[in-house]
Amino acid sequence: MQADPDIILAATGICKSFPGARALDTIDFTLRRGEVHALLGENGAGKSTLIKCLTGAYHRDEGTILLDNSAVDPRNTLDAQNMGIGTVYQEVNLLPNLTIAENIYLNRQPRRFGFTATGVMNRMAADLLSQYGLDLDVSAALGSCSVAVQQVVAIARAVDLSGKVLILDEPTASLDAQEVEMLFRIVRQLKARGLGIVFITHFLEQVYAVSDRITVLRNGRLVGVRDTAALPRKDLVAMMLGRELETEVEAGAKRNDAAGKVRYRFSGYGKGGKIEPFDMEVREGEVIGIAGLLGSGRTETAEVLFGAVRADKGTAEIDGQAVTLNSPRAAIRHGFGFCPEDRKIDGIVGDLPVRENIVLALQARRGWSRPLSRAEQDRLADRYIKALDIRTSDREKPIRLLSGGNQQKAILGRWLATDPSFMILDEPTRGIDVGAHAEIIRLIEELCAKGMSLVVISSELEELVVYSSRVVVLRDRRHVAELSGDEITTSHIVNAIASAESPAS
Amino acid sequence: MIRTVQQLALRLLPQVIALAIVLAMIAAVFPGFFSFSLQNGRLYGSIIDILNRGAPVALLAIGMTVVIATKGIDLSVGAVMAICGAVAAASATHGNPLVVTLALALATGIVCGIWNGFLVAVLDIQPIIATLVLMVAGRGIAQLVTEGAILTFNDEGLIFIGGGAFGGLPMPVVIWIVFGIAITALVRRTALGMLIEAIGINRRASTLSGIQTPVLLIAAYTLSGLCAAIAGVIAAADIRGADANNAGLWLELDAILAVVVGGTSLLGGRFSIAASLLGAMIIQAINTGILLSGFPPEFNLIIKAVIIVVILVVQSPKIRTISSFFARPARQNGGER
Repeated sequence: MQADPDIILAATGICKSFPGARALDTIDFTLRRGEVHALLGENGAGKSTLIKCLTGAYHRDEGTILLDNSAVDPRNTLDAQNMGIGTVYQEVNLLPNLTIAENIYLNRQPRRFGFTATGVMNRMAADLLSQYGLDLDVSAALGSCSVAVQQVVAIARAVDLSGKVLILDEPTASLDAQEVEMLFRIVRQLKARGLGIVFITHFLEQVYAVSDRITVLRNGRLVGVRDTAALPRKDLVAMMLGRELETEVEAGAKRNDAAGKVRYRFSGYGKGGKIEPFDMEVREGEVIGIAGLLGSGRTETAEVLFGAVRADKGTAEIDGQAVTLNSPRAAIRHGFGFCPEDRKIDGIVGDLPVRENIVLALQARRGWSRPLSRAEQDRLADRYIKALDIRTSDREKPIRLLSGGNQQKAILGRWLATDPSFMILDEPTRGIDVGAHAEIIRLIEELCAKGMSLVVISSELEELVVYSSRVVVLRDRRHVAELSGDEITTSHIVNAIASAESPAS
Repeated sequence: MIRTVQQLALRLLPQVIALAIVLAMIAAVFPGFFSFSLQNGRLYGSIIDILNRGAPVALLAIGMTVVIATKGIDLSVGAVMAICGAVAAASATHGNPLVVTLALALATGIVCGIWNGFLVAVLDIQPIIATLVLMVAGRGIAQLVTEGAILTFNDEGLIFIGGGAFGGLPMPVVIWIVFGIAITALVRRTALGMLIEAIGINRRASTLSGIQTPVLLIAAYTLSGLCAAIAGVIAAADIRGADANNAGLWLELDAILAVVVGGTSLLGGRFSIAASLLGAMIIQAINTGILLSGFPPEFNLIIKAVIIVVILVVQSPKIRTISSFFARPARQNGGER
């Protein structure tokens, strides 16, 4: 191992597995002194897992971490803080009811005769913050300050405590442009002081504004490390979304002729503050893919279509008949089904057995007074456990004990049991292992061939290209492009997303 | 069928054992505890007394179990008892026939339950706060109904509900056992039980699966209000009068305790009405036992607390994990139904 004095933090071969999923697969990550290093990737790419391994919040399975060329093994975040690795999270985790000074010196207040020396502490805090160009009343409650100031206080505390490596986990998510600029001024100042700064964000302009190097993760794997100046924005999006230029051969000619008549028509459909009004037509036996970066309105589109979020604009038609879809129940009555993105929160009913999870939607539609007999429940559960190859020791096992992929298949089974004609799948393949992944894609194609209409949201562009007959591209909560036929290639999708990004640059 | 009976037996085993131990302890200090006698076609004895005295808490526990299964709680049941008792007494003194009196009292309980359910399901107020409103206001309403006095009555029919007998058993015992069986059948023979459990475990996922979450939540609180109304009528009939200040006082806590002793988690989900009823009987057995055994009354609450702490410790998840090393493996997933 070469001892490059420039490198302050070097992680090599970091692996971390959770039951049923490999979260990090031999990740290397190096951070230089006086560098802002952006860590990028879509949700579930492994960014936060990597950060948690570096700060000791998780214990890594394999790999070494060198801090100043000596191996470290932080047992928890406090340990990491004392070693010199400080973290500032998106939602400030300070105490809003204490004063600014108390927050900075919490747990290490200067004392006199065992009592907190408030005057000394306030003076020290004011001095510290003045280094950041902030002139504040440090005896004011932190909660009375803007989020930006709270962020700076959090940074000041972290730097004062740790002072070697600063990890900023989406610090700008809730700041306005001016506040972001203030934050960046401070980041550059700390960089000049020789700190290594890891910067996590979803905003690409900010990456280009402040970072020196970029590391991209995807599905727990390292995609690459590049100098920011030498990486065009389009290539960065491609890295994040996982388009390999070599696999461009995949043609997009889909069964778009095979699709039948238009069954579902949404016109000017939208919800203020969630998703701009959009038009969408879904034919029988057709898969509409939805692509876009995180926060572009993908999930919001799904929720509005399903009635989980009530649309306040536009109309919905099924077979030319106007319908009202103001609740999931109403949508289900019209044959809709929805597999949500976060199956732990929105999908599974953890303590109930697999059997009851599978029959839940059908039972809900029948109403409480017409129960499915136990024999019928057993038959349905067995049928979908077999058809979808749900791996469980028996159908009475609480569903929370199953792996992510099998939970996902059980939720799919829940909807298939209601015999739906229109299914919305939000990230059906996220966080599940490769085998289950392939099975779900095969299932999507089968359902479509049987004449079901599907809307599938996915960050995996290769996947969308395989099964979509049309792809809708979203940006900033707006439907910005629709690709069909030969246009459906990963590079076209990436172009649509990236060109959408460019007005901001 | 055999499997469900086995599951039920396994589920109720801890409560049955706890009840047996409590009864055995009482019998040890008070011989003759298990003796019965039949007078005028009616059974008398300490066991019957426990079943009879425990009726209000048993009834409250039925509704409370369902509410707790939805991840809620109903603090207002004691106050609702007082209101409904007062309504029954006022109606009886007014000279209304028994049917009208009962209908008014039960309707009052149902309205109280709908109010609680509305606050929780529609306005999305935390159950503990939502039901606290009626817990505080309820006694005031009851006092308004009784006009601040203890309202006594002489309606024979109403008194029969508290003091009469049917088939040799006191009326209150018959009422809670029949009502308990009826509600158990209602939730388990229909899909209500499963849907309620689903709401309690994951309300959002349940709504997304098409369950009418608000309707079922309101129904759960309404059932609890109805149970409190029946308990209130029994309590009033027992003393032949409505005492707005003391009827059902602190019984909401006993009802919650009965549910917890019965092994239903306060976090919602899996529930068993039968186990809660056993829990109510355990609590009443402790109360009666302490009186019978002749301890000075100042020890009562402390002894009760000690026994309950022991029962809860034995049921706690930590102890369960430790004891599962020794138990048959089937015990592990036996916590159902």
